Formats: sequence, structure tokens, C-alpha cells
Amino acid sequence: MTIATDRREPPRVSGGEGDTGHLEEPRRDPIALMNRVRSECGDIGIFELADRDVVLMTGASANEFFFRAPEEQLDQAEAYPFMTPIFGEGVVFDASPERRREMLHNQALRDKFMRGHAATISDEVEQMVAGWDDEGEIDLLDWLAELTIYTSSACLVGKRFRRELDKRFAQLYHDLEQGTDAIAYVDPYAPIESFRRRDAARVGLVELVQGIMERRAASTGSDGPGTADGSGTATAEDDRDLLDVLMSITNEDGTPRFLANEVTGMFISMMFAGHHTTSGTSAWTLIELLRHPDIMASVIDELGELYAEGAEVSYQALREMPHMESAIKEALRLHPPLILLLRVAKEDLECDGYAIKAGQMVGASPSVSNRIPEDFPDADSFVPDRYLDPRVEDRANPWTWIPFGAGRHRCVGAAFAMMQLKAIFSVLLLDWEFELAQAPDTYRNDHSKMVVQMQQPCVVRYRRKSARPTTGSSPGAAL
Amino acid sequence: MRVAVDLELCQGHGVCESEAPGVFELAKNHKVTILEGSPGENRRAEVEAAVRFCPTTALRIVEED
Repeated sequence: MTIATDRREPPRVSGGEGDTGHLEEPRRDPIALMNRVRSECGDIGIFELADRDVVLMTGASANEFFFRAPEEQLDQAEAYPFMTPIFGEGVVFDASPERRREMLHNQALRDKFMRGHAATISDEVEQMVAGWDDEGEIDLLDWLAELTIYTSSACLVGKRFRRELDKRFAQLYHDLEQGTDAIAYVDPYAPIESFRRRDAARVGLVELVQGIMERRAASTGSDGPGTADGSGTATAEDDRDLLDVLMSITNEDGTPRFLANEVTGMFISMMFAGHHTTSGTSAWTLIELLRHPDIMASVIDELGELYAEGAEVSYQALREMPHMESAIKEALRLHPPLILLLRVAKEDLECDGYAIKAGQMVGASPSVSNRIPEDFPDADSFVPDRYLDPRVEDRANPWTWIPFGAGRHRCVGAAFAMMQLKAIFSVLLLDWEFELAQAPDTYRNDHSKMVVQMQQPCVVRYRRKSARPTTGSSPGAAL
Repeated sequence: MRVAVDLELCQGHGVCESEAPGVFELAKNHKVTILEGSPGENRRAEVEAAVRFCPTTALRIVEED
């Protein structure tokens, strides 16, 4: 692309004067800062994140530029330095990030696997609520973060691996997610408490995986697969999971190809994109439904019809859940789990008359674009009907309805995520009643880290409904 | 009717292949291949389902007169 010399530099947002730039604002209230970029500068403006310039793009035209740009122009790999210590530096993968995404996709996210995943997820929710009393309270962050560790490990790695996990894995994983302070843009190994906890958590996860691998090696080593003595140590072929596959790969000299550190790094990276995102979206969907009882009632009616007496709930029915799906989409629009998508410009570029310099970071913000009032009337309100015919505001605004990103980098797990959220709420809302345990406006996101999570406390009360007419059959059983 | 695909958007989920086998197929490069570019009217319901449920909205139907 030829760059004329008269291209202007994008305007800078206010508040960054002086030596420190926008040092504190991005972690205190990043959405207010990014909204100010749009109101002061328009579709393209600059703010500072740690000590880097971010050219922030909002609105359909600039977003289309952002999402259509090829990797050679806007590079994703360099834009998230806080992920390296989490996945593990020096962990050698056989494949490029693209190839690994493709493998994950073909292995677990293809449409033909979804039916099985739906049943797996329902089972996991049933197991979690099996520990509930008839009524009580849960903290949404703790509870959903644990649930989604089980669902994502069961669906992406395998049920056998999932059965070997407990709360400890979820707690360590949470410490990893909390180790995403923006300081990482200056130094990913800065001596701060959240990074120390992050590194300790990764060591702890490797130890857990190491223990699982040793137990498996011992059980197959002593009596081998397929023993007829019924000892239960043998692995049925259909119970073989990704960990079994990885453990079976050897170097030429017969030693294992992947050690616990590599395996853990792979599992962390496979689960990362679908964990805090699904957990947070589940929390916000429930909170918004509880803030809007009329919409909650329509969702529960819809579920009641789908799971009515004796009715076989087909996979098709799970896909066609317009009220539930619209409520989830609206929670995603108002509370996108990723508030800022980042790239690094690899060459000088031009967008709408503005110059972007090689080396600058370029961002797109779902939080800002999802609420542009020209595209989404009554943009700050929870209005699930906007997704129904004929408005279909998600499809009508492919470059501004962007909770899953857009274009070639659109979230490859979006369909899996929607199915998972519907399966979770099918179990929760049929059998249980919920109630906010705090004032409705006290539920907030914590923006102090690059990975956004619910701010605690975020407590809701649950109460078991009186028995459903469909005695004994759980929705999961019919999925 | 004719079916059209935006290969830049296709991520190879394979929903179309499940909905309308014989019209769509996932190729080796994990993108959709259109086997039957102008399917007969008897396939319309299946093709419409494929378009509707495509997770990346990569497919569309072009009506011909």
C-alpha cells in the first residue's frame, strides 16, 4: 500500500498529558477511556496502554479495515505479550498457532461433535447442582469458573481427563487468568504479586498434570490396556482422550515426545479462549435475566415448551431457542468478555485518511462498537428482541456487532459457546429459581487485568423448584 | 437457485455438510467446497438450513430467474 506523505496522524484522546500517559485509566475504567476516544476523536483515535500507543478503531468502516487486514499487516501473535508466561515460554510446539487452532477446531469444534458436547455439558451442570441444598447462595465467579473448567476440559481434552480434575485445577487456572496485568506490555515478568501467583499457578498445574500422567503410565504399564480381569484400569477405546494420544507419541529413541510441561501448556492454551469468556457470559446472562423478570419469564416459557412432558429435545431444538439465544446475544453485546482486541501493525498502513505507523498497536473494541446508537437503538438497554425478525441487528451489523470479533479471525468457538450457554441454562432455569442477592447495580466487571472477570462479590440465591412434570428425565438425557 | 460462499469467512465448521450433504462438502483445506452449485428446488429446505445455521454467515442463496 502506498502511503502519501500528507496522511495525518490520528488524533489523541485527552487525559494522557504529562510523562505518565494513560497509565492508570486503562485499568480503572478502560471502557470510559475508549468511549472518550470515540467521542473526542471519531472512528480512529489514539490512547496509551502501559507505554504503548494504541490506535483504536470503532464503527463499521474502521472495524471492517481492522478485521479484514491480513496477518502480514496486522499481526495478532505479538499483541498479547501477557499470554506468553501463561502458555509457557520455551514450550516447543510442533505447530504454528494457526495449525494448532486448526487442530483444535477439527478435533473438538466441528459441527458433528456438538451433539455429544451438549450432553456432556448438561451432565457437568447436573453434577455441580447435585451438591446444592434446596436453597442457598453461590458466588457467580467462583461457581461458573469451576463449572466451565469441567465443561471445557471434558469437551476439548476428554471426559477421562475431566474426571481427574477437581476444584484445585479451577483455582490455579483462575490465578493464571488474574496474571494478566497490563504491566506485561512493559515487562511480562515484572516483580508484582499477580505475576508471582501466575507463575506459581502454572507450576501447580504442571504438577497436577504430571500426577495424572504418572498414574496413567503406571496403570497401563502394569497390566496394559484391555485386561480381562475387570480391574477397571484398562482404557476402553472410546474413553481414550487427547492426553492418552499425546502420551502415546514417542521420539525415535522411544522416550515420550511430550512432557508434563508441554502437555500442560497445550491444555492451558486450548482451554483459555473458552473459559473466562463463557464463565463471564453465563454470569451476565443470568444477571440480566434477573434484572428483567418479563424476559426471564419468556425464556422459561420457551424452555418449558421445549422440554415439555415426554418431549424429546432434539439437537435441532437446542439450536432453535430464539428467546434464550437473544438473551445471550444481548448479554454479549452489553458485556462482551473481550473489551479490546489488539494487533500490531507490521508495516505503515492507511485507514480513512489516517496514517498508522509500523510498530503501533491497533485495537478494536467490542465494548464501544456494540453500543453505537446508530446501529443499536436504545444501545445501553437490555433488549433481546432486537435479534428477532425483522430487526436481526447482529446480522445487520456484521462489523459493529462484534462480541465474537468478525471476518477471518472471528472466534472459532462461537457456535460451541452458544450451544454451551444454552445447555447450561436449560438445566439451571428448568430446575431452579434464582434471585439477585445484591442490589442490581452492584454487579460489575473487574477491569484491573487484561482478562476481564466478574468483580466479587457477585452472589445470587437459588431455590429448587417443585418437581417438574417430566419425572426423572433430565434435559441432558435427551440432548 | 444458486449457492454462493465467501471463503474468507468460512472456518470449516461443517454445519452445511450436515444440513445439505451432497451440496456442500468440507475440503482437505478445511474450507467448504460446493459440490452442487445450482441445487434443485427439492433441496431448498436443506440449503436454507445450511445458510441459516452457518456459524460464520459465509453462505448465501442467489435466486436466478
